[in-house]
Amino acid sequence: MGYFSNIFNGIKTLLTGMSITGKYFLNSRKGAITQQYPDNRETLKMFDRFRGEVIMPHDENNEHACTGCQKCEIACPNGTIEIIWDRGIDEETGKKKKKIDQFVYHLSMCTMCGLCIDVCPTDAIEWGQNFENSVYDRTALTRVLNEPESKVRAGIED
Amino acid sequence: MRIPLSITDNIQEWLVSMMSESAASYVAMIIVALIYLGIFAIAGLFLVLIERRVAAWFQLRIGPNRVGFQGLLQTMADALKLVSKELTGTDRADKFLYNLAPYFVIISALMALGVMPFTKEFQAFDINIGIFFLIAISSIGVIGILLGGWASNNKFALIGAMRSGVQTISYELSVGLSLLTMILLTGSLQLSEIVEVQKGGWLIVQGHIPAIIAFMIYMIAGTAETNRAPFDMVEAESELGAGFHTEYSGMKFAYFFLAEFINMFLIAAIAATVFFGAWLSPFGITESIPWLGVFWFLAKTLVLVFLMMWFRWTFPRLRVDQLLTLEWKYLLPINLVNIVIMAFIVWQKLIIQI
Ligand code: SF4
Ligand code: SF4
Repeated sequence: MGYFSNIFNGIKTLLTGMSITGKYFLNSRKGAITQQYPDNRETLKMFDRFRGEVIMPHDENNEHACTGCQKCEIACPNGTIEIIWDRGIDEETGKKKKKIDQFVYHLSMCTMCGLCIDVCPTDAIEWGQNFENSVYDRTALTRVLNEPESKVRAGIED
Repeated sequence: MRIPLSITDNIQEWLVSMMSESAASYVAMIIVALIYLGIFAIAGLFLVLIERRVAAWFQLRIGPNRVGFQGLLQTMADALKLVSKELTGTDRADKFLYNLAPYFVIISALMALGVMPFTKEFQAFDINIGIFFLIAISSIGVIGILLGGWASNNKFALIGAMRSGVQTISYELSVGLSLLTMILLTGSLQLSEIVEVQKGGWLIVQGHIPAIIAFMIYMIAGTAETNRAPFDMVEAESELGAGFHTEYSGMKFAYFFLAEFINMFLIAAIAATVFFGAWLSPFGITESIPWLGVFWFLAKTLVLVFLMMWFRWTFPRLRVDQLLTLEWKYLLPINLVNIVIMAFIVWQKLIIQI
């Protein structure tokens, strides 16, 4: 009797669905995922997966891990990253060596695809958690990610 | 013919002391109409708010809570905003029909409210064909939808309107037949009579199994009648823009919107009247205080409204062919068999009487 079993299956699955949403309804007070944003601006923390902007972390000696290999610049599908690089003399070996002068990042063009971060061999760049990215002047969206006077951490290339 | 105007009796007596009888009855009718209009415009707004809060809770959100205490004034503010908006229209649209459509929808929704028995006294018109009148009036609204879709000169609106026609013609049958099943029990179409019969147990108890089946069918078909999800093919935001009211703005859009919610209230109110004893309190616990009937009526109706919201925020939208399969291959045959079963039960006096 396909006809009647259809009906009973239908009713059963509908009731299963309703019980799931019903449970959500009863628990919504405890588990609401909405953030009351401007009110909790001080305490609001973004979750780990959040892609706010690309940042380049520096350690306490003002050193970053970017070797200037330009893989990220090549990987970026829309030309968001521009690396202005230079050749300097390595103090230890005395050889000429590539180093970054300015790591330019155009936030206004970035689609947050994450390819640059995936491709970086030294994990020099990562996701920032900043979510208040709006500015009044769009030139503020073009950022230099390496701090002035910063240099690459020694031994990162090995 | 004199239509009994229960709540207007007092008003009418007071008016008769000032003017002639016929003038007094007209004035009384107008006063009642204005009272109903006022109450239900506001009630409709609050239903929108309830819907939004309930929807939010189903989706683990919070919902509107900024305007007024816990967002109580949110929909008022929305309505004010809509009133202040420009009324736009399309080129080469049929202006007359275009403007007429929203009134069809809202007026048919409000007219049906007139026969609702909120308490023994609080019922504007107690006509002897009550249920029939309700079924008839609730399907007039679809003309407004068809007009709106046709006159907008917009393909999405037209598709939405045509779907609405298909849907209403099909589900009207189920609504009518499931109510007919219950009328076998009451033996009367008059709403006050129907409530009177339920003093010996609500009809859903009296009619047990067939009544429960009829109730389920009624709720499914009723949800389809109001064009709400999962039967919202008429609007189908993801397919048709906003469906039949794509081209409407400002107050005319608000009429469509309000009518949807008043219709939902109506469907729930009819179910509460026919299946759950309208203003009768459970086991007659507050029988000595008649005005509490309003409370019981609204409580039952709101529970059913909540059920419809629960449907809406649980089930995905049906396809048009699935919609028609559900009606013609399942609901309608079950309904017809159900009527026969109910007739047998009434004939053999297998009714449960408390
Ligand atoms: S950020 Fe990474 S990928 Fe880009 S240039 Fe520096 S080391 Fe190479
Ligand atoms: S996230 Fe994507 S778009 Fe943005 S800079 Fe990296 S590669 Fe370019």
